[in-house]
Amino acid sequence: MSERPGDMSERPEGLSGRLGNVSERPGDMSEQTESRGALLRVSGLSKHFRGLVAVAGVGFAVEEGTVHGLIGPNGAGKTTLFNLISGLVPADEGAIVFGGREIVRLPVHARAGLGIARTFQNIRMFEDMSVLETVAAGAHARLSAPVWHCLFDLPRYRAEERAVAVEALELLEFVGLAGRAGERAGDLAYGEQRRLEIARGLASRPRLMLLDEPAAGMNPHETADLARLLRRVRERGVTLLLVEHDMGFVMELCDQLTVLNFGRRIAGGAPAEVRTDPAVIEAYLGKKAAARLAARGAKP
Amino acid sequence: MPVWLDDVLWTYQTLIHSLGINGLLALSMYVVLAVGQLSLGQAAFMGLGAYTGALLSLHTGLPFALVLAGSALVPALAAALIGLPTLRLTGVYLAIATIGLGEVLRVVYVNAEITGGALGLSGIRDRTDSWMILALLGAALAGCFLVGRSRFGRAMEAMRSDQTAAAVIGINLPAYHLGALLASAALAGLAGALSAHSSTFISPNEYAFENAVTILSFAILGGTGSPLGPVIGALVLTALPELLRPLHDFRGVFNGLIIVLVVLFLPRGLLPWRMKRLGGAP
Repeated sequence: MSERPGDMSERPEGLSGRLGNVSERPGDMSEQTESRGALLRVSGLSKHFRGLVAVAGVGFAVEEGTVHGLIGPNGAGKTTLFNLISGLVPADEGAIVFGGREIVRLPVHARAGLGIARTFQNIRMFEDMSVLETVAAGAHARLSAPVWHCLFDLPRYRAEERAVAVEALELLEFVGLAGRAGERAGDLAYGEQRRLEIARGLASRPRLMLLDEPAAGMNPHETADLARLLRRVRERGVTLLLVEHDMGFVMELCDQLTVLNFGRRIAGGAPAEVRTDPAVIEAYLGKKAAARLAARGAKP
Repeated sequence: MPVWLDDVLWTYQTLIHSLGINGLLALSMYVVLAVGQLSLGQAAFMGLGAYTGALLSLHTGLPFALVLAGSALVPALAAALIGLPTLRLTGVYLAIATIGLGEVLRVVYVNAEITGGALGLSGIRDRTDSWMILALLGAALAGCFLVGRSRFGRAMEAMRSDQTAAAVIGINLPAYHLGALLASAALAGLAGALSAHSSTFISPNEYAFENAVTILSFAILGGTGSPLGPVIGALVLTALPELLRPLHDFRGVFNGLIIVLVVLFLPRGLLPWRMKRLGGAP
């Protein structure tokens, strides 16, 4: 408990705190007690881009072995939060504890080394690599053959590379890309590239995988396939944190949800609770809430 | 060694020296491009190596191997100095920073006494020979191949295609960027020292910005998919003016035209191969 950040309780409650008051309070309390087993615990995390407040004092916990959804209207700060967790943008303040370790100051590659993988909203491929090589590249963080062995193709490097190739082939089969190993990654179809990104992420044997809109641009059939795949990923022991706009997909797949609006956490809990939460409905649909928030946005 | 080969080497000595030296410069460019960066400081690093080598030869009795080692080391140290604060720069920003380094150094060469001012340094004893230069080029090429085909090469290709995705799979981008810049500076410095001794004379203008662009064109023309590409590019661009000699006054025009045509019709360069790797070859 020593690493439990104190600012959880001191966090200043803004307007949205009041907005989500009823639902947020008990949610926070349960987090504090349950978060002993949390794989990822974010607290008081903030990020400003010049005058724009992208993420403001967000706190939530992701339990090990769950699928945790991060939802909210456009511009709620979901992708920024992902970038903060993976380290692509530095946080202004707040704490990110992963596997019991404070990681908020660690560089991106070090976080990957600790077991955080991610995919991107706009797929990021290594276009010219073969499909197999792409997955092998994903294993980079856990490869340890000595430099000398790597350069001169000596036994320890060979053995490691063989193992990487075997595991990569297994992962390709796992995501449904068996038989495509030799193709150029950039030549795969959109949905296949999404799967390849997941295989690349799994190659590092992560504990946590961040998925940024994995179902974007997919038809209902593909989305259903993806949901099945992600459940199997969780069965491999990988905890999932995903941002997604497809509510059917989210409600069906996620064990827990955190709802963001204008950079703040407005609600959290099981999908059934969140679905009926007045604050969430207001955030997505409510005129009054929109007007109030717009008024706040205009004030510096 | 057959006599005719010796004759060829002797007759075309100057050309062979430039081929080897430009090949090394092309590799120094390749090393930076391989990690997805753009540096236009190659001429500056070359100049640093050339002046270091020339001064060591003129003022000390060091064996040539040590002179060459020093000429690779000094630019590498300079690269570390400018590399550390500019590590966060990418693309054109790093290019501009390295152009700045080149201009600063040129002004130093022109004004400093020890570098002979605008007149440069002359009377450098030629301690090079064709075999030495070609062997060094071969060694550098082999080094690039060894790194390129390993998992480090795979990491470099990843960062070249997408820096963000590469960082997220755990590749330490700053370390690779700095490593590449150091290796690149060392290679350019080595080439500079060889060229200083081969031509026995150096002056500040040889290391101006245009030369950095020429070095970049070696790499672009040859293709940057494998280390062989830039070397081929250097060979072509070094030999071309000689081959076009019968065109007399139009030589420069055709030289430029050929570069333009290659860039237009072979965007991946003359040698569009990419390196095969153990894990990547099913």
